This record gives sequence, C-alpha cells and structure tokens, in this order.
Amino acid sequence: MIGEIDPTIIHLTVFVLAVFVGYHVVWNVTPALHTPLMSVTNAISSIILVGAMLAAGSAEADWGVWLGAVAVVLASINVFGGFLVTQRMLEMFKKKDKKGNA
Amino acid sequence: MSANFIALAYLVAAVFFILALKGLSSPLSSRRGNLFGMLGMAIAVATTLTITENWALILGCIAIGGIIGSIVAQRVQMTAMPELVAFMHSLVGLAAVFIAIAAVNNPVSFGLPEVLPTGSKLELFLGTFIGAMTWSGSVIAFLKLSGRMSGAPIVFSGQHLVNLLLAVVMIGFGLWFFFSETTNWTAFSAMTAVAFLLGFLIIIPIGGADMPVVISMLNSYSGWAAAGIGFSLGNPMLIIAGSLVGSSGAILSYIMCKAMNRPFLSVILGGFGSDGSSQGTDDGTQKTYRSGSADDAAFLLGNADSVIIVPGYGLAVARAQHAVKELAEALLKKGINIRFAIHPVAGRMPGHMNVLLAEAEIPYEQVQEMDEINSDFSNTDVVLVLGANDVVNPAANVPGSPIYGMPILEAHKARTVMVVKRSMAAGYAGLDNDLFYMDKTMMVFGDAKKVVENMVKAL
Repeated sequence: MIGEIDPTIIHLTVFVLAVFVGYHVVWNVTPALHTPLMSVTNAISSIILVGAMLAAGSAEADWGVWLGAVAVVLASINVFGGFLVTQRMLEMFKKKDKKGNA
Repeated sequence: MSANFIALAYLVAAVFFILALKGLSSPLSSRRGNLFGMLGMAIAVATTLTITENWALILGCIAIGGIIGSIVAQRVQMTAMPELVAFMHSLVGLAAVFIAIAAVNNPVSFGLPEVLPTGSKLELFLGTFIGAMTWSGSVIAFLKLSGRMSGAPIVFSGQHLVNLLLAVVMIGFGLWFFFSETTNWTAFSAMTAVAFLLGFLIIIPIGGADMPVVISMLNSYSGWAAAGIGFSLGNPMLIIAGSLVGSSGAILSYIMCKAMNRPFLSVILGGFGSDGSSQGTDDGTQKTYRSGSADDAAFLLGNADSVIIVPGYGLAVARAQHAVKELAEALLKKGINIRFAIHPVAGRMPGHMNVLLAEAEIPYEQVQEMDEINSDFSNTDVVLVLGANDVVNPAANVPGSPIYGMPILEAHKARTVMVVKRSMAAGYAGLDNDLFYMDKTMMVFGDAKKVVENMVKAL
C-alpha cells in the first residue's frame, strides 16, 4: 500500500520542471537584451508580493500584519520599478526599429 | 473563491511569466513579453486579494510602493542600471525575510498548521537565509557599483574559514529551530542575523571588475529566495516564478564568467579586480607607440570602406554615446560600412552596453555580438576602440598570460587600429596591452567624448 504523496514532493516536482523551463527559455534570450532580462526577472521575483499580502491581510491584527505591510511596499517598488524600467529600455530598442524601416 | 480556482489563476500567471521571458528572444517580441509579465503579476495580485483581509492597508501599501517604483524607473540613468538592479535585488531579499518572519509568527494566516511541522520550518529556513544573504549582498553590491564604497576587494586572512564557520553556525541554529517543539525565536533570529552577516562577508572580497558576475549571482539568489518562500507557503506559482529567475541569474553568471575566463568559484572566493590599482607588467624595455590627433583619426576613418567600433565602459563613463552616434551617422553618409562589436562584459552588467547604445538611438542592426563579428575583423579597414582595454588584449592568446583563454574581440587583426584612451594605464586585469604597441595602431589620447566630437567635426 502506497501512502499519500507529501505535498513537498509535488512542489519539488514543480520546482525541478520550472528550472528546466527557465534554463531553456533563458538560453534563447538574445544577449543584446540581457539587461532587460535582468530587470524583468527582478520584477518577476517580486511575486513574493503575494506572500507579503497574505501577511498584511491576516485577520489577526498583530505586528506580523505591519511586517507584511512593509514587505508589500518593498515588493511593490520592485514590481512597478522592474516592469517600468524594462519597458523603458525596450522602447529604446523600438525607436531605432522605426528609423531602420523608414 | 474556491482553492482550486485560485490555484488555476496562479497557474495562468505563471504561464504569463514564462511568456515574458520567452518574449526577450528578440527585440521585436520583447515589449509584448513585458506586457505578459505585467498581466501575470496583475492576475496574481488580484487573485490573492480575494483571500485576504485589510484591503485598504494592502492597496495603500501597493500604491506607496508603486509610486516610488515608478518614479525610480522613470528617473534612473541608463548608466546606473547596475545600481538599480542591485537595489531591487536587495528589496526582494528583505521582503522575503519579512514574509518568513511573519509566517513563523502566525502560520495560520498563510494556510499553514498552527504548530509548524519540521518540513515547513526547513523551507522557512531556506527562504529566510537566502533572502537575508540576498539583501546584505545586494546592499554591498549597490554601494560598490554606485561608488559609495571602494570597488577594491576587501580581504583579510582566514576569510574563507570565517565564512565557513559562520555557515556552520547558521546551520546549527537552523537545526535547533527545526527540532524545537515550540516556535524557537532565539534560534530563528540568530540564524537570520548570521545569514545577514554572511551575505555581507561573501560580497566584500569581490572586486569591481567582477561586478557583472556578482549582480547576476544576486539576481539568481533573489529568484531562489522567492522559490524558497513558495515552498514555505506551498504556492506553486511562487516556486515557478522563483525558479525562472533563479535559473536566469545562474545562466547569466555562467555567461559572464566564461566571457572573463574566470572560474565561477574563484569569483565567489574573491580578491580579484582591484579598482584603479593597476600597473603594467614592466619588463624593463620601453615600448614605443604611435599617437595621433582626432583629426588624423578622422582622416583615416573617412578613407576607410569598413569600420568597426569597439565600445567599452570608458565610453559610458565619458557619456560619449551620443557623440559616437553622430560619428556613426557621419561615416554612414560617406557610404562606409559601420558596425559596433560588443564584448559580453563591455558594461557593468550583462547586456549593459547594448542598452547604452540603444539609448543613443544607434540601430541595433549595427550592433553585433562577439561571436557574430569576430571573423570579420581581418577584412576590416579600421577598428576604433573606445574606452575598452582588456577585451581587445591579444595577450589572451598567449599561454601563460593571466588572461590566457579569455575570449576577446580580435581587433588586432584589422588593417588599422585606433585606440581612444585617457592614458596608457592598464585595464582591470592590470595588464599591459600589446595591441597599443603594434605598428598599425594609433593611440588618440583624451576624453572619449571630446575626441569623438572632434572627429565628427573633422569629417
């Protein structure tokens, strides 16, 4: 009789597969865009905003809520800063694009 | 909202994150990719809001962070991108630590059992220590990159032993934390403090020249920290997003190490690339070189059929990108084939030089990577080296040289080489560059921006 699978094993499966996906996707990124890659991955890693929201949104009002709130601010700076600065850089690659076609 | 629905929404967000990275395979699809990323984040945040209380607090905090982030993103100079990225890594690290502390304090609000099982404690331990190291490491990287702290490596005897001991101590506190029946705050706080210290100690011995590796490495850490928090909270979306970032940073570190011909381990162990303390390897003989004015250089450029410009970080320091663009346009008008050759470590972070040239509106079709352009140097009339040194040093082909084996731009194969430089000083590697003493090489001394502007005038 095989018991139930520990959720950690399932998470480990997800983790290993995601690393493989990341590996293959990132090798396809053109070297010219490595700086935007870094800023966008920065924005993506601020997905921990979700964890910060859970802490700040806890029904039990204690200091954990405030710690979570600070974490929400920190992660949000990163989300907005990361995506917007990436956008700004990618726009620079676009402008020249138009000129090239003109 | 049902748990299944939330999990599916998170899955959609995770797929959008993968598409965001996939978009970066070409400048044409990259902007759409970035929009996918934003969409993924919006879905993730909106979904999470449905299961949290205190909406006013959360939305208020997002607004504050959003305003700060937007202002920073608008104002930052492209030359300061490495500092900004280091700064943002530090935020991810610190946020990860705060979340882990909050989870230890009140596991139930994260959907964890009231008394944390050992497995969850292990995961929280991982998230906390990676986050703490990311934070303190990034702060040091930020200070070094922004020049608030010397880029010179800080080394002391027994450094590696101290780091090793601290790591053991940290794991010791971790074990105490795992096996305590109740929440052991002493062990948890001590472990976190040691992790902060360790992050700090690991980065201080790494010199300025290795910053592209450090920043990629911290990028990777910030991803693993997010994945660690994902494990703690049992959230596959965080695990997926974190792993994407973690592997991305790891690959960039690998590419940077390869481009500098430095084993990853020796970069981490540090002590290389002392900023500015470089001297040439003096072999006693006074070597002669030819120098010329900007007018001479312009004359040679004007008579060439093909020109390759090799930009280095010195170009960015002199803020000469726009002057270079004018030069390129002036040459193009004369029907001269002009291209830019980019070495992977030309800037302070991976791909930095491409962004700096893009900012100056130099068409990316003209900008080529080392592998694409290296075979073309031998049939190029003039190579113009602007503020680069080690990346064009032919010593890399000489066995026994400290940079032997480092991939270089083969500028020495061109018919004529012109080097714009402030002085004959050596580059980061502290090596003399034989390229400067070749018969076909002309040195043009001066500030890159002024020299290039004079060239444009002379054309």
